[in-house]
Amino acid sequence: MSELLQFLISGLTVGAVYALVALGFTLVYHAADVVNFAQGEFVMLGGMVTVFAYAAGVPLPLAALLAVIVAVVVGLLLYWLAIAPARGASAVSLIIITIGASILLRGAAQIVFDKQFHKLPAFSGDAPIHLFGAVIQPQSLWVLGGAALVVLTLYYVMERTLIGKAVVATAANRLAARLVGVNVATVMALAFGGSAAIGAIAGILITPITLTSYDVGTLLALKGFAAAMLGGMGNPLGAVIGGLFLGLLESFGAGYVSSTYKDAIAFIVILAVLFVAPQGLVGRRKVERV
Amino acid sequence: MLEVKDLHSGYGRIDVLKGIGLEVHAGEVVALIGSNGAGKTTLLRALSGVQPVSGGEIRFLGQRIDKLAPHKRVGLGITQSPEGRQIFGPLSVADNLRLGAYLRKDDGIEADRERVYAMFPILKDKRDQQASGLSGGQQQMLAIGRALMGQPKLLLLDEPSLGLSPILVDQILDAVVAMRSSGITILLVEQNAAAALEIADRGYVIETGRIVHAGPAAELLTDPKVKAAYLGLD
Ligand SMILES: Nc1ncnc2c1ncn2[C@@H]1O[C@H](COP(=O)(O)OP(=O)(O)O)[C@@H](O)[C@H]1O
Ligand SMILES: [Mg+2]
Repeated sequence: MSELLQFLISGLTVGAVYALVALGFTLVYHAADVVNFAQGEFVMLGGMVTVFAYAAGVPLPLAALLAVIVAVVVGLLLYWLAIAPARGASAVSLIIITIGASILLRGAAQIVFDKQFHKLPAFSGDAPIHLFGAVIQPQSLWVLGGAALVVLTLYYVMERTLIGKAVVATAANRLAARLVGVNVATVMALAFGGSAAIGAIAGILITPITLTSYDVGTLLALKGFAAAMLGGMGNPLGAVIGGLFLGLLESFGAGYVSSTYKDAIAFIVILAVLFVAPQGLVGRRKVERV
Repeated sequence: MLEVKDLHSGYGRIDVLKGIGLEVHAGEVVALIGSNGAGKTTLLRALSGVQPVSGGEIRFLGQRIDKLAPHKRVGLGITQSPEGRQIFGPLSVADNLRLGAYLRKDDGIEADRERVYAMFPILKDKRDQQASGLSGGQQQMLAIGRALMGQPKLLLLDEPSLGLSPILVDQILDAVVAMRSSGITILLVEQNAAAALEIADRGYVIETGRIVHAGPAAELLTDPKVKAAYLGLD
């Protein structure tokens, strides 16, 4: 029982991070029709910028804010410098562009920062909480709460604000969105900026638990992508469920089977989804374009 | 109000518009008729800025607009109800209308939405439903209503009666007449040439990317060549 609970909590904690990465994928795919494989680099930037700013004496909350701002700027630059000029290119070309951007960002991070692993202090201490025999790190609650807050905020923006509705409208029918006066380029830039912020927040929240380095983005992007596929690419709710599900799979797989193959689970999930349910497990694919 | 001169446009290397010239004066309903594939939709898309033009000019209220982005043209007062309705399926009817007023900052948006509901009461009944669940005729009303929400000076209507029952066609055309009396200038594209010319002031006939006839609607209605080719009579 306590063991089960332990796996459950650690699975949900990493799952929440995958969920946020998947949400970033989904947002950009939804609004801009681009699978952005540089999504993991936003997570890396979130952690690394916070670590280095904090080490330089900036208070932790400010360091975190700075990290989010840096990631958003990088996200916007990625859109304006690499994606927007390639407007009309094929999906494959765009994917290659984002993979190139992720390699570039990793290289730059290696130079600007370093190649070491770094840690942040847990936000509210390391004293573990004991619950039904399981040991919970307080930082896990930060991760879960922070992820929930991000999801709710995104939901509110998409459902209740005009700009959010413009994003949904652009995803549903780009021609019609342009005809009502939506500047589609702005919507896409917003999606890139927003997904960068979401990724950076994930990176800041998880760094006290998992450490960070210049190259953590690669594996996270892969896992977030697997989660987004599980959820049916382009479906935000599916992304969240897919992320949590993948986290649980990994945690229980490592706990009950073997931790050697933990990282292989994401690959297996991607292959399984491609073969069994290319539309994802949650709901159908995004609304068809007319 | 709208002046188009020698307009060229196409898809890839295929020329579709081969030097279109036309004018729409303030307060008019102008019908653009022509058979399938003549270039009517391409012309309206070019006017809205969602279709690149390779030559010629478009002037609106005296200003060159052919290089302006689509949202700038909406801001100037050109809105369009596109062919095939192109509603925002996952959004509610009310949200579709609200997005029609996307660029507006004034506080008349709610009143205008009520005006659209008064024109098409079925939309009011269904305002909280997903637009994708509407029937074809209701989607057409929504597309027109959405274009009206942008407070157009010039409204471009692309085949608003396509695929609708005769009763609905009449309702849509009555709505066009009502819009004209409220001061909106209209460029109406129709395959249903007789119905369009009935309510229009003037008309143009387009054939494979060129204007081949132009004149007062009443004259086109009685022109033997037009009658033979487009009115299904002789
Ligand atoms: N997206 C497109 N790509 C290539 N050719 C197109 C496209 N849309 C329309 N066409 C061609 O352009 C011509 C004019 O089409 P269109 O403007 O839709 O005519 P209409 O609205 O008068 O029926 C047709 O020959 C059509 O096949
Ligand atoms: Mg057409």
